[in-house]
Amino acid sequence: MFFASPFKLKSKGIMGMNQRNSGYIGRYNPRKLYPLVDNKLKTKIIAREANVTTPALLGVISIQAEVAGIEQYIKDTPGFVIKPAKGSGGKGILVITKVEKGRYYKPNGDEVSLDETKRHITDILAGLFSLGGSADVAVVEGLIQFDSAFDGFSFEGVPDVRVIVFKGFPVMAMMRLSTAVSDGKANLHQGAVGVGIDIATGAAINAVQFDKPVKYHPDTGKELALLQVPKWERLIYLASSCYEMSGMGYLGTDMVLDRDLGPMLLELNARPGLAIQIANGQGILPRLKLVESLGDDHNMSVEERIEFCKKHFSKK
Amino acid sequence: MNARIFFFVLVAGLMSLGIFQTVQRHVAFDIPWMPGETRTIWNIDAKINFNAHDNAIIASLTTPERQAGFTTISQNAASPGYGLSFLDDGLTPKAEWTIREAAGKQTLYYNIQVLEDPKSLDPQILEMPPLFDKEYSAAELAAGKTIIKDALKTSADAFSFARELLKQLNAETPNQNISLILTEKVSKTAILIALLNGADIHTKRIGALTLEDGRRRQHLQPLVEVFQEKEGVISSRLFDANTLESVNRDNLLLWDQSGKALLELTGGSDSRVSFSMIQQEQPALSALLQKSENEHLFNFSIHSLPVEDQSLFKGILMIPLGVLIVVMMRVLIGLKTSGTFMPVLIAMAFIQTSLITGLIGFILLVGIGLIIRSYLSHLNLLLVSRISTVIIMVILLIALFGVLSYKLGLTEGLKITFFPMIILSWTIERMSVLWEEEGAKEVFTQGGGSLLVAVLAYFAMSNDVTRHLMFNFIGLQFVVMSLVLLLGSYTGYRLLELRRFKPLADKE
Repeated sequence: MFFASPFKLKSKGIMGMNQRNSGYIGRYNPRKLYPLVDNKLKTKIIAREANVTTPALLGVISIQAEVAGIEQYIKDTPGFVIKPAKGSGGKGILVITKVEKGRYYKPNGDEVSLDETKRHITDILAGLFSLGGSADVAVVEGLIQFDSAFDGFSFEGVPDVRVIVFKGFPVMAMMRLSTAVSDGKANLHQGAVGVGIDIATGAAINAVQFDKPVKYHPDTGKELALLQVPKWERLIYLASSCYEMSGMGYLGTDMVLDRDLGPMLLELNARPGLAIQIANGQGILPRLKLVESLGDDHNMSVEERIEFCKKHFSKK
Repeated sequence: MNARIFFFVLVAGLMSLGIFQTVQRHVAFDIPWMPGETRTIWNIDAKINFNAHDNAIIASLTTPERQAGFTTISQNAASPGYGLSFLDDGLTPKAEWTIREAAGKQTLYYNIQVLEDPKSLDPQILEMPPLFDKEYSAAELAAGKTIIKDALKTSADAFSFARELLKQLNAETPNQNISLILTEKVSKTAILIALLNGADIHTKRIGALTLEDGRRRQHLQPLVEVFQEKEGVISSRLFDANTLESVNRDNLLLWDQSGKALLELTGGSDSRVSFSMIQQEQPALSALLQKSENEHLFNFSIHSLPVEDQSLFKGILMIPLGVLIVVMMRVLIGLKTSGTFMPVLIAMAFIQTSLITGLIGFILLVGIGLIIRSYLSHLNLLLVSRISTVIIMVILLIALFGVLSYKLGLTEGLKITFFPMIILSWTIERMSVLWEEEGAKEVFTQGGGSLLVAVLAYFAMSNDVTRHLMFNFIGLQFVVMSLVLLLGSYTGYRLLELRRFKPLADKE
């Protein structure tokens, strides 16, 4: 049969788009808090106040006159990332992985001159990459040194961990691995591999590409079941504390792992997708319902919430 | 939970309000459910001939009153040189021609249009017509008295008495008394009236016209209306003096209910009135609208606007239907469209251009627009000026297509100008950005989704039945609104999600 029975889906607790929009995003995410999440610079600022680790902020360029001074931020770094604060879908992100005697190199080895870097920043300020073309600011961040635990699991891109945090409870997690098909991007609908991650251990449960189960990474051939996210405790703690920090009830947190600095928050998403259910091979609704059943005055600390989730949402 | 209950009460309220208004309009104003329904209109001419004698003339023709089965839509008269007025003294409507001086043969025409209208009823009879003193002698004769006496014995009321009289008058072998009366040079109708009058029963002479398509030179058929009062209520029945059968009022227009004369003429002689008629089938709605001109029933509807504005509303009132289709497609099916309500706008353009021309034109414009737009993206322009450039480009393209198709003799191509240019430009811009960000596949998914929804919306919005319903029943707007509200609270799965999550459902 081409279609699954809706009753079967319901019995498995799978959440659909309509329910996500009206039952969770509409109900738990106050509209006025969206700018905190949609603007990466604002996210960074509140994260710093809440002691949530984020990639190092090297500098911010908000007016054209400052563009000329970019060199002071990037001259002595091992690598850096320039991104638009209000960019969407990974647009306008310039990644420099090697800085050598005033020359800058992209991950694929192409050289980028300082003038080209400046033009890129000008484009960002003009709003070329932001939604609706509104004026934007450029954020310069330190380069993330990927943890070697992910060697072979990702192809030309940033592997990140998406944790759905519902009212402060980390209810479901997945790892997104870029592939050749996804062109180095970590979006599942573009062909990235999604790996469901056990909330208690950080170990892989299940993996899918294009919504179909896969066992091995399509480019590197690495067995995906072996994936284990290191420093999982710290990662899930950071993700959970994003609730207090942002005020968003239904939140997607994108975490990355730095070799030296450990887990850090890359960005927040107020409208996290549904693919995480497919990656986990499980519906998210029973978990959301369980958290909802606790009510609002349980007064649980971040640690207690994580304990609760580990107890109830783990496979083992 | 209270908010939930309030919501459903609101939806149910809107829905029932809409349905009630719709049904009420259908029942009360007789607006048909289907656009093609027709109603019969009789177009009747009365032709009056007479000789004028070189002096002032007043000709007054009795015209039909309100009656069961028919509604008068319009009346007019053609009569060169005559002054004309339509009089209605509350009892009998009349058309009156007047002229200071006329000589020789005169012909006057009176035309009336009546709608066959099952909803129309006879007016209530408030008072009996008067009894006459002595007009006919039949009842005075001894024979007449005997007939009345016989009939009284075998009858119970005025109607059965009239039937008894008819039996005697129309017997195959009339008895002596009847034969005696019938030898008089008067019609059976006159005899019947005289006999009834003799028995103190109120009557009125009626002139009725049998309606039959294409008949000419018809005359009124004399009928007798017999009145009877029972418990304070006056009722009446029609009798035909020449037959025992009851009078069938289908296709029978009671033209002259004055009880006096069809035509009153002063200053002329040898008058004749003859009738000709044709039957016309008219769309029910326009027939009703003609009818309502007299009744002001539609005053609070869109029909009271000037025709030009009405046709504007015809388009606007269809939009909710297109919107409903979009909501259904997105919420129930899960189709991706570029721009939420862009499909509705495209559908409206399709209505102007016709579907095939519109589709070809749209795909051509957007396709070529995308190619040119991809060049623009190399120029690193700001959004506003980029879109402005695309708008100018789209206008040039439309002009080019228009001229080209005209030169090639394809006048259909000129319809391309109906496309909303700003919308097209935004579509091109969005598609282009989408192409760069998500790849060609996404462009075809969203573009195809938009076109599919647009075509569906086009079919919903251009359909004759839906156009008729949405325009004539404003209540349906409430129904559509309640459906949209209801869809807004739907939290179930979308159809495409059933496909997407299928691997998950099949697990284990």
